[in-house]
Amino acid sequence: MASLKDLRNRIASVKATQKITKAMQMVAAAKLRRAQEAAEAARPYSQRMGAVLANIAQAVGGGGEAPALMTGTGKDDVHLLVVCTAERGLCGGFNSQIARFARDHARKLIASGKTVKIICVGKKGFDILRRDYASLIIERVDLREAKQVGFVHADAIAKKVIGLFNEGGFDVCTLFYSEFKSVISQVPTAQQIIPAAAVAEGEPESAGSAVYEYEPEPGEILSDLIPRNISVQVFRALLENAAGEMGAKMSAMDNATRNAGDMINKLTMSYNRQRQAQITKELIEIISGAEAL
Amino acid sequence: MAEAFKFELVSPERLLVSEEVQSVVIPGAEGEMTVLANHAPVMTTIKPGVVTVKTVTGADERYVVFGGFADILPSGCTLLAESAVPVASIDREDLARRIQDAREDAADAKDDETKTRAEAFLNQLTTLEAAL
Repeated sequence: MASLKDLRNRIASVKATQKITKAMQMVAAAKLRRAQEAAEAARPYSQRMGAVLANIAQAVGGGGEAPALMTGTGKDDVHLLVVCTAERGLCGGFNSQIARFARDHARKLIASGKTVKIICVGKKGFDILRRDYASLIIERVDLREAKQVGFVHADAIAKKVIGLFNEGGFDVCTLFYSEFKSVISQVPTAQQIIPAAAVAEGEPESAGSAVYEYEPEPGEILSDLIPRNISVQVFRALLENAAGEMGAKMSAMDNATRNAGDMINKLTMSYNRQRQAQITKELIEIISGAEAL
Repeated sequence: MAEAFKFELVSPERLLVSEEVQSVVIPGAEGEMTVLANHAPVMTTIKPGVVTVKTVTGADERYVVFGGFADILPSGCTLLAESAVPVASIDREDLARRIQDAREDAADAKDDETKTRAEAFLNQLTTLEAAL
């Protein structure tokens, strides 16, 4: 049994921890709002990009003009997984959820005889995946320096991926990130970005899509547009991740604060009990001493 | 007064402009073009340069864009810029850094095609710097 002094120290330290988790929760809440705003601000661009892409893909058709980034290499042997996680922990199961999802995917691919390569974005995913697939990780992107994810970061990642594709490094590229549903729910998501399967996602604007003039040729625009679209997809994933991380952190810290509160209650209870026991013991000693006389 | 139409300037980070305007001058890949209301549908890539927007009140607003796309319809014009900033708040250091990057790209280029492209991009950037 811990002594009274020990208990007092425990209570003090748990209280300090509670203050920290409380502060972290509030910081996460503030950052979450900012991350959400950023995600919302980025939405118009990706929406319009989708519409433009759908329009132009329609114009080019499935013909040989379409760039390889869109049609793929025609093979399905080497898979590249881009796993986006957070840079920091203390956000509940957020990172491990994404990593587990990616790992399951990788395991399935390996079981069916495919080659898998992994690019880790964010430190946490790297730490987790390193345990099982250290030899498959070809690159890790560190965003720790970035205060807020900007398009430049996404662009750099996308350029790397495209460069690798052009060298024939892989056939299919899938992006793993956590979709931000709400503060308490983030869903790990896999999205195939090369070949661009979801090109037809946006509704083509029926008005005048047939009579578009292209400057330069549609194929040329498309070959410029597709890489850009990949950057946009990566950017969107990073933003969703940032918002999801903060949401997860907020609820994790909320839980931690509540747990600390419970713990303080329990410790205070046993502290009081023990103090009372000691007082009683001392009284008995005094009384029995007096009676002996 | 010229007829107004809807113009939107979007960068990946945010929606910069979304309003009714009289005309827009776009630095298209194959030369500058002025877009007025009821323009024929055109889709074009844009090179780094200055977009001049004439609002309904007649005021000129200028934005620096670094590459992107323009989607022009009779009903409106959408400009998807890779990065866009109002001319007033352009960061010269940032521009200098981009030029530096482009220069390195041009120097690093392995085959002729990428080299030509990198050099063209570098040219556009230096022209842009001179224009500001």
